[in-house]
Amino acid sequence: MSTDSKAGGPRTSEALGGAEPSRPEVIATSRLTKTYPSRDGRAAGLTAVDGLDLSVRRGEIFGLLGPNGAGKTTTVGMLTTRVVPTSGHAEVNGVDVAADPALVKHFIGVVHQVNTLDRSLNAWENLYFHGRYYGMGAKAARDAADEQLERFRLSHRARSEVRTLSGGMARRLMVARALLHRPAVLFLDEPTASLDPQSRLALWEVLKEIRADGQTILLTTHYMEEAEAFCDRVAIMDHGRILALGTPAHLKHAAGDGRGAGPTVKAWLARLWAETRAADPDAADHGRRLDRPAVEATLVEVVEAAERLGLGLDDLGQGVTLETVFFQLTGRDLRE
Amino acid sequence: MPPASAQRPRRPNWTAFGALLLRDLTVLDKDLKEFLPNTLMQPAMLVFVFTYVFPRIGQGIGGSGNVGRFSTLLLGGLVAQSIAFQGLFRVALPLSRELDITNELEDRVLAPTRVSVIAFEKIVAGGLQSLFAGLIVFPVAAFLPSTPIYLRAHWSTLAIVTVLSCYASAALGLTIGTRIEARLVPILVGFVALPLGFFGAIFYTWDALTPIGWLKAAVLVNPMVYMSEGFRASLSIGVVHMPLGAIYSALVAFSVLFTVLGIRGFTKRVLS
Repeated sequence: MSTDSKAGGPRTSEALGGAEPSRPEVIATSRLTKTYPSRDGRAAGLTAVDGLDLSVRRGEIFGLLGPNGAGKTTTVGMLTTRVVPTSGHAEVNGVDVAADPALVKHFIGVVHQVNTLDRSLNAWENLYFHGRYYGMGAKAARDAADEQLERFRLSHRARSEVRTLSGGMARRLMVARALLHRPAVLFLDEPTASLDPQSRLALWEVLKEIRADGQTILLTTHYMEEAEAFCDRVAIMDHGRILALGTPAHLKHAAGDGRGAGPTVKAWLARLWAETRAADPDAADHGRRLDRPAVEATLVEVVEAAERLGLGLDDLGQGVTLETVFFQLTGRDLRE
Repeated sequence: MPPASAQRPRRPNWTAFGALLLRDLTVLDKDLKEFLPNTLMQPAMLVFVFTYVFPRIGQGIGGSGNVGRFSTLLLGGLVAQSIAFQGLFRVALPLSRELDITNELEDRVLAPTRVSVIAFEKIVAGGLQSLFAGLIVFPVAAFLPSTPIYLRAHWSTLAIVTVLSCYASAALGLTIGTRIEARLVPILVGFVALPLGFFGAIFYTWDALTPIGWLKAAVLVNPMVYMSEGFRASLSIGVVHMPLGAIYSALVAFSVLFTVLGIRGFTKRVLS
């Protein structure tokens, strides 16, 4: 699956890895580095993020992929002011995260992978007080809380204590809260982690609506198919560095090095059928169903027909997915 | 919903501070059912046992056998203790839980203001709660004793001692709450609250410790000594107390120390 369809065709991949340079940058980092000191203070510390250069533009959905310990969460931590960079530079909406973190916080919305709802407050109050933290007056915050509950299909649980919400509802409420003050960029850290399939589906419906509104999003995820379907561009990270950056289609193509990017079985069969009919207009008459006992015989016929037309099996693509790319770059070794 | 404009917010620091305070007071309002009995139980029991039970069973307490004098000195101590314990626990307990286990402080840490302002708000909110505790304990300590009690309020002294005590207690709560793991919270009672209370000049005046010189000197590190002495100085007649200058100076010094340690501890916990 490619995201190109919604963008109206493949985007040009440039030095920025396919970003659209015409739009203003919402996130810009340059040689951003975070080294955690070692426990005893003598040995060299752990460099979680190592000279990161990143650019995310307005309206873009940017995915940060990588195995555990790759530096994704530390990167998000630095951009959301919770982790102090060791060196390098990062700006969110034009504001230096190290120099003015309080102002940066005004421009960001953050959804963590764990439940961070305020358990002393009910669902509605979580939204209402969030609005107040961001300087909304009482009425504006009340209205915004009502609207968000409606929008995220949580109105019926407005007065519920948050500990009584299901995992999916809690996550939706966290997204609603993060968006309430209209942030310039929304950070989603593993948004669907530990959700059941129905809740994941419901959350993705919500996220697609947000995307349609033009919200800039930076998300981290382990789910390759989600990143592939949802993100305009992805960066694959490991050991604190970006290993690959571009549109999902671009990365898949590069990983396949031309060979792997061939047609899938379905496309190959469609081409075979089209060329068969072109060579023999009566071929349609020979169309037949693939009954199970006859499958082998039919496949042999198909392969023979393909060879006659010069359509070798070598042409058949491997069906490169983002997961293939991910494993190629980060290896298959267990990280824990 | 369109993304936000790049407009710079006005007065980000204190607007968020006010909203955080509003949130904490809303939570206090919700918790009143637990807060009131929790605040009143201990002072009410102490007053009952010390001023009603002991005199009737012939148990000597208070040194002189003058139970009226004892009730009078106990009043200041009980108000100080309620303020100190509520300030300490209302800040430290939720904070250690929120930082260590539930992550629910996250949204408030991301409020668009400096981290030090968020920490300072914790102190102010805790201070207001301990003020509230002091206000509801006062009538219990003043009117419940079955023995006469000799009161005269020195309002200006009372105001200064109250503000400093509430603030210092909550700042101590921030200092401890940011340094103790949630699983170790139960030891707060044994290792912090009990020494604070027993050596906090609640049941005796600081001056009464004169026969035990080393103890009289040692308890000076206990901020509650100055609170108890301060409340006695501002409320009770005929009770010897420390010089007011010493009380004020010590409470200011503890407030500054705990503010610095508390904000430093908070910053260390929420930033890495």
